Amino acid sequence: MTTDTTPQVRSVVIEREIAHPPAKLWRALTQPHLIAEWLMANDFVPSVGHRFKLKGEWGGVLDCEVLAIEPDYKLAYSWDFDHEDPAYALKSVVTFTLTPTDAGTHLRMEQTGFRPDQKQAFGGAHAGWKSFFDKLEAVLERAA
Amino acid sequence: MNPQAPHDLLFRTLADPTRRALFERLCRDGEQTVGALTAQAGVSQPAVSKHLAALKLAGLVRDRHEGRQTHYTAQLGALGPLIDWTQQMAGFWEGRFDKLEDLLNRMDQ
Repeated sequence: MTTDTTPQVRSVVIEREIAHPPAKLWRALTQPHLIAEWLMANDFVPSVGHRFKLKGEWGGVLDCEVLAIEPDYKLAYSWDFDHEDPAYALKSVVTFTLTPTDAGTHLRMEQTGFRPDQKQAFGGAHAGWKSFFDKLEAVLERAA
Repeated sequence: MNPQAPHDLLFRTLADPTRRALFERLCRDGEQTVGALTAQAGVSQPAVSKHLAALKLAGLVRDRHEGRQTHYTAQLGALGPLIDWTQQMAGFWEGRFDKLEDLLNRMDQ
């Protein structure tokens, strides 16, 4: 994966086997009234370059832009959260990938990004960061 | 107080590869004496002690004196600012995917 070679970038991957076909899952990922039911209130339009907002119940608003659309297969949008305190701000990209399986769909969500305060701090660090964090996270999971 | 200061210190402290290797070793192997750490660090004991002092200042390790030996342990909690958002987001998405599955179960084909 190309993103993993950039040391300052960190990602979250969530994968799940969904007992529904890709076309149905695609609707839930791309139709605004359906997105609102599982994710957040939104003004999403399935068109590359479209800017939209996701509004959380907590009052927070995410600034998003559609980056990739391949029906029934791949959807990507930016997921940025502006906040005066860098500890809360986030710049990231969310990518959903759908793979048909015998039982339905394998759904993979990868969120890749960084916090602005980390960007600068990470800037001068070496390529060793990524593997370092991977190892640390493994340690932390075992310790939890 | 600059709220970013603790993060800066954490990053600066871990930016040194020798120091990072010492911290990794403590994470992996648990409590170690300065002597045991020096044996594998490839640098002198004073250098190791200096690195450990920097890690301690950043809250990344804790020391314990026993006789003439000083034992060091990694303090994983100090990494909180670094791992935070990915862990928070992982929890967020797991919850949303539960809702997504509920929705799919209610939807027409």
